[in-house]
Amino acid sequence: MTGRLSRRAATLVALLVVALFLLPWVAGHYPVYLAMQILILAVFSLGFNLLFGYTGLLSFGQAGFFAVGAYGCAKILLAVPNLLLGILGGVAAAGVAALLLGILSVRHTRIYFSMLTLAFGMMIFSIAWKWRDYTGGDDGLVGVPRAPLEIPGVFTVSVAALDRYYYVVLVLSLVAIYVMHRLVHSPLGLTLQAIRDSEVRAEFAGVPVRKYRLAAFTIAGLYAGLAGALLPPLENTVTPPIAHWSTSAEPVLATLMGGIHAFSGPIVGAFLFLVIKDVIFRFTEYWLIWFGVIVVALVLGFPGGVMSIFEKRARAAPRDEEPA
Amino acid sequence: MENAAFQGLIGLSLAMYLWLISAGLTIIFGVLRIVNFAHGSLFMVGAYLTYTFYGPAGLPFGVAIVLALLGTGLLGLVMERLLARIYHIDEAYQLLLTFGFILILDDAVKIVWGGLFRIPPVPEFLEGSWPVFGRAFPVYNGFVIAVGIAVAFLLWAVFEKTWWGRIVRATAADREMASAIGVNVPRVFSGVFALGAMLAALGGAIGTPVRVAAPGIGAAMIIQAFIITVIGGLGNLKGAFVSSLIVGVLSAYGTLYFPVFELFFIFVIMAVVLLIRPQGLFTR
Repeated sequence: MTGRLSRRAATLVALLVVALFLLPWVAGHYPVYLAMQILILAVFSLGFNLLFGYTGLLSFGQAGFFAVGAYGCAKILLAVPNLLLGILGGVAAAGVAALLLGILSVRHTRIYFSMLTLAFGMMIFSIAWKWRDYTGGDDGLVGVPRAPLEIPGVFTVSVAALDRYYYVVLVLSLVAIYVMHRLVHSPLGLTLQAIRDSEVRAEFAGVPVRKYRLAAFTIAGLYAGLAGALLPPLENTVTPPIAHWSTSAEPVLATLMGGIHAFSGPIVGAFLFLVIKDVIFRFTEYWLIWFGVIVVALVLGFPGGVMSIFEKRARAAPRDEEPA
Repeated sequence: MENAAFQGLIGLSLAMYLWLISAGLTIIFGVLRIVNFAHGSLFMVGAYLTYTFYGPAGLPFGVAIVLALLGTGLLGLVMERLLARIYHIDEAYQLLLTFGFILILDDAVKIVWGGLFRIPPVPEFLEGSWPVFGRAFPVYNGFVIAVGIAVAFLLWAVFEKTWWGRIVRATAADREMASAIGVNVPRVFSGVFALGAMLAALGGAIGTPVRVAAPGIGAAMIIQAFIITVIGGLGNLKGAFVSSLIVGVLSAYGTLYFPVFELFFIFVIMAVVLLIRPQGLFTR
């Protein structure tokens, strides 16, 4: 449980990272675009799973924080074309929103927590949709620039080209993934899992359960905010549907597909979710129905998520585990 | 003043409509402890089936509704049988399965009926309006109110006065004990799920002439149903009825006096209820 990867896993991760850095040289625009979508959903889902897989709280409102990050970033970029400022601002806004709504949300668990987060998420949706003066209403915000990376007086790097923006998304996502990996293996992460497994026992051990849940909620909000903030410079626009509960369903689906009890579950799930969607879309405009069939088959066939297959294999061959 | 009274009456018909949407959801949760995200999709299927049987097929209105209810009830049965295979694992996966149903049904509806809006004609005997408070109150809204009240009475009679109703209540209270004294719990679950599906379909059937059947309408409906069931208390049928009345009338006034933030305030009410009385306003 130290969080150190086995040698085989470490090699695999290193190869993957190298491949991701080389991607723009070997692939065209579309795969690069798809890779960005996957990275964004992976970050979004990782935050969600800190709350769900590690802490045991199923949130239906993550799209709200995703939208706060996206709208925050877009508003800043429309006023000040500075990418770092936009992304940081979006993340900060989402973090504050998550902290405030989290104080209320973590008073409950199970279905009541889920319903409460659904209500908060939909409140944010109705603001995005109806507060026309500030959010552009159902038109959303358009013409968001892919502003340069800049620290005034120090350096300016243009990332207007899609390939260059890809590296921004890639580096920030990898940092976010690394930080999350450290986090879930830190005392904080272990405490969260203890709370998930038995709230009563954790409380007896002197753990301030609510504070820890609030910490998880806020971190999940920050990750949703980062994912959201990366979106407007890519798409040049933000619209209210990203705040709708059906967007909250995306990290839920991705995470459950990948597996909630493996760290890599949300990442693998994000990849599967978007690649399956993309492949089906090539054959038919009715991709949802096939996607639904796959979801149903996966849930009935591998209820632990795709990564549980590998876990079982690892358990069967204990030598692959990290040395004690 | 008369304007306000008239709006109250409009609110009442909206309330009965919300009641029809949420009754099935709360019954299913009360007995099976499953939050059926696909409830809105069942509503949508009911709406489209009614459209087909009544519009293009030209069957009488009542027959069309009964057929749509039976069709949707059957669909509910299939869904419940699939869900039954994972009753023993984490409820999150049951939820995911109902997500899967939403995806399938949303597209299935598009494939069968096309991506267009469908508005079936209002039956002739329900056309027109009555003069109420000096304004025209549509006969159809009166019909919705009547159906809503009839369904409320029927459900009360079934659950309180029939043998099957007592078995269902016993199963909801303690499924293991019910099973131990010889209740066929899986069959009760199937029956309750089918009943819930049929109630959703009835909402769709009654709703179509005023609210159009469209793909994606399920996502909007499920949110309304969640709001009602949460305020009334998850699994509390009487609570769902009362909270439908409150939300229906409030949003009728809301659209009149502060249309921009109507949606926002409804979610504020939902959150406040969850924070102060998570068991719902009407559950002791």
